[in-house]
Amino acid sequence: MLSRTADHLFWMARYMERAENTARMLDVCYRVSLMPQSPEEAEQNWIALLRIMSLEPQYRETCGEVEGSRVLRFMIFDPENPSSIRNCLRAARENAHAVRDTLTAELWETMNATWIKVRGLTPEIMEDRGVGEFFEWVKYRSHLSRGVTIGTMLQDEAWRFIRLGTFLERADNTARILDVKYQVLVTEDDEEDADYHRWSALLHSVSAFEVYRKVYRDLISPVKVAELLILNPLMPRSLARCVREVFVNLQEVANDRSAETIRRAGELEASLRFGRVDVLIEQGLHPFLDRFMDRIYDLGNRISDDFLIPVRNTG
Amino acid sequence: MPITEFYDEMTGDGGLVRPHYADVSKWLDKMSAERLDRKRAEAHALFHRSGITFAVYGEDAGTERLIPFDIIPRIITASEWSTLKRGLKQRVMALNAFIRDIYHERAILKDGLIPPEDVLGNAQYRQEMIGVAVAHDVYAHIAGVDIVRAGEGEFYVLEDNLRVPSGVSYMLEDRRMMMRLFPELFASNRVAPVDHYPNLLLDTMRSVAPAGQDDPTVVVMTPGAYNSAYFEHAFLAQQMGVELVEGQDLFVADDQVYMRTTQGPRRIDVIYRRIDDDFLDPTVFRKDSMLGVPGLLQAYRAGKVTLANAVGGGLADDKSIYPYVPEMIRFYLGEEPILKNVPTYRCRDEGDLSYVLANLDDLVVKEVHGAGGYGMLVGPTSSKAQIEAFRERLVASPGKYIAQPTLSLSACPTFVESGVAPRHIDLRPFVLSGKEVHMVPGGLTRVALTEGSLVVNSSQGGGTKDTWVLEA
Repeated sequence: MLSRTADHLFWMARYMERAENTARMLDVCYRVSLMPQSPEEAEQNWIALLRIMSLEPQYRETCGEVEGSRVLRFMIFDPENPSSIRNCLRAARENAHAVRDTLTAELWETMNATWIKVRGLTPEIMEDRGVGEFFEWVKYRSHLSRGVTIGTMLQDEAWRFIRLGTFLERADNTARILDVKYQVLVTEDDEEDADYHRWSALLHSVSAFEVYRKVYRDLISPVKVAELLILNPLMPRSLARCVREVFVNLQEVANDRSAETIRRAGELEASLRFGRVDVLIEQGLHPFLDRFMDRIYDLGNRISDDFLIPVRNTG
Repeated sequence: MPITEFYDEMTGDGGLVRPHYADVSKWLDKMSAERLDRKRAEAHALFHRSGITFAVYGEDAGTERLIPFDIIPRIITASEWSTLKRGLKQRVMALNAFIRDIYHERAILKDGLIPPEDVLGNAQYRQEMIGVAVAHDVYAHIAGVDIVRAGEGEFYVLEDNLRVPSGVSYMLEDRRMMMRLFPELFASNRVAPVDHYPNLLLDTMRSVAPAGQDDPTVVVMTPGAYNSAYFEHAFLAQQMGVELVEGQDLFVADDQVYMRTTQGPRRIDVIYRRIDDDFLDPTVFRKDSMLGVPGLLQAYRAGKVTLANAVGGGLADDKSIYPYVPEMIRFYLGEEPILKNVPTYRCRDEGDLSYVLANLDDLVVKEVHGAGGYGMLVGPTSSKAQIEAFRERLVASPGKYIAQPTLSLSACPTFVESGVAPRHIDLRPFVLSGKEVHMVPGGLTRVALTEGSLVVNSSQGGGTKDTWVLEA
């Protein structure tokens, strides 16, 4: 398939996944912000979010003081914020538009209809209906586009690049959520009740609350949360699962330039498959996640170089 | 002077419904305005959701609009179509022979049938094509010939579109929509199918591959997602199952054209290009073209790749060449033209110009190189001020214009704000020329939605209708 086509498919999936994860992160912060807390704690909650997204400097420059409703508007609507949900959904649709001949009619219509809906949405309408409902809607549209992809697309190369985009983005996003929340939770919070609510909010943000109960049948403990979200291969948003999917799909699209990229993906996959949570905690979760995000970034660049950036004239 | 006399497609003398419209007329009578309205809304929602849109130049960039779809079909009888089909094939064959002749022997110029300066001074004439052989001597592989009915219903050719004619996707989508909204109509009328058009197009493209390519790779080339006809480019690529490429996806090495794929370079043999000559190759044509492929023309001239339509074919669809087409048919085919031309005044001719200036109120004046209904004057429906403004432009550069009598275009019942009322229509059938000449029955019917308007172009607010050819 055309390199440019693969590139658009890859980014279409990444932007849709990013929109979903941004909605998830905003949703959890919004819920936490509704709990009784000091103004400093409230501010920390939103600052942490901006840091996850590496957007704190840009936010302060354009919006000034960190305050809940302003952060929400910035993260949902701001045209200058490339990661705002609106911009992600637009970018997903633009990428889909550029390759609509490759997509099934159902998938294209799903992407297009999502954008048409969000294009007409204003902060006033959204606040009137409730932001919670909006986050649910974004998640639902992302579920829908993924379901339509799986349910209608031929499982050929195009499908593989869509899957690569989805799981590479999700791996990065889960790692970010975990990194910031884990630091805030483990270092700053001793009070048990609040602790419980915050951990459960984190689990909710990745749809893992019921999963946790099912897997551990136990009280919520930070170590087990880390184990579930990093190492559990059955958990669809865990790092282990995401990297596994990246590795599998990469092997399916292999070309004569991609051996090293596949090896690195395999190495990362193996380290998660055979990893142990006590070792990770002992060596420090933050350095581990930091390294992990670097490796995901590296894989993204390598996939670009091997497959997506047009091969230069070889003649 | 509004046009009051016109051929009504559905109703004949004395208010009698023509036989081929009998069923649709009964169906219309039974249909409530509410149901019509609901069906129209349903059609628009479906078109919108699937992004069947076009971009309008000159408005805020990137906006996309729907082409209004009218749910009352336009019907052509089997015998009318049979004449049209023969006439169209004849015309396109003569036009292809003409283009070939101009780039080779120039017999028609030597015989003095067309003044050489009209051809060789044409902006669409490409010196680069002199002596270049093309597969099966076909230049206009895809031709969209605009047909109107006037007077008592006789057909006229209004213009030949031989460069990158568009609209076929609407023909196909309108049919799909119609079958979805009103399946009962297709049970009671024998409507000739059109949905094999992409197959015919692919066959045509494969038949003109460079010699020796038994299993040629065909692609559709688009200027990109922001082009007004992008929907159609993507649609045709998808329906044919071929890649939709942009210039940046292609490169030329040793006169072969390749596309950049995830599995490395892959050779391509036939390019159905939806991009004008000017932008094809920055090393030959416009240097600033970001849309083209350096070296493409060299590969083309070397016979390593087929471009459809051929480079330089535009000289034959120029409005200043149009008056000579009947002569071409006699000259190359030794036949009498089956379809009529509209009488045309060439403003570069002094006698014609003075006639045109004296009769602007009654004439339609068009730019020789114009398309899409831009830059034209429809005398009878224009204000004094518009006519005077146009007169100045005409006097300043008469060579840019031709004029024709204002035809009272036929009208077809159309669902508009005030209910069902006649609106003027035209017809664009598509003629595919490769090893053989193929057509699907009918074409795209465009309708001027404003009362009395004769401008059917989608860029000027025109709509479309499903076009039926009834089987005998």
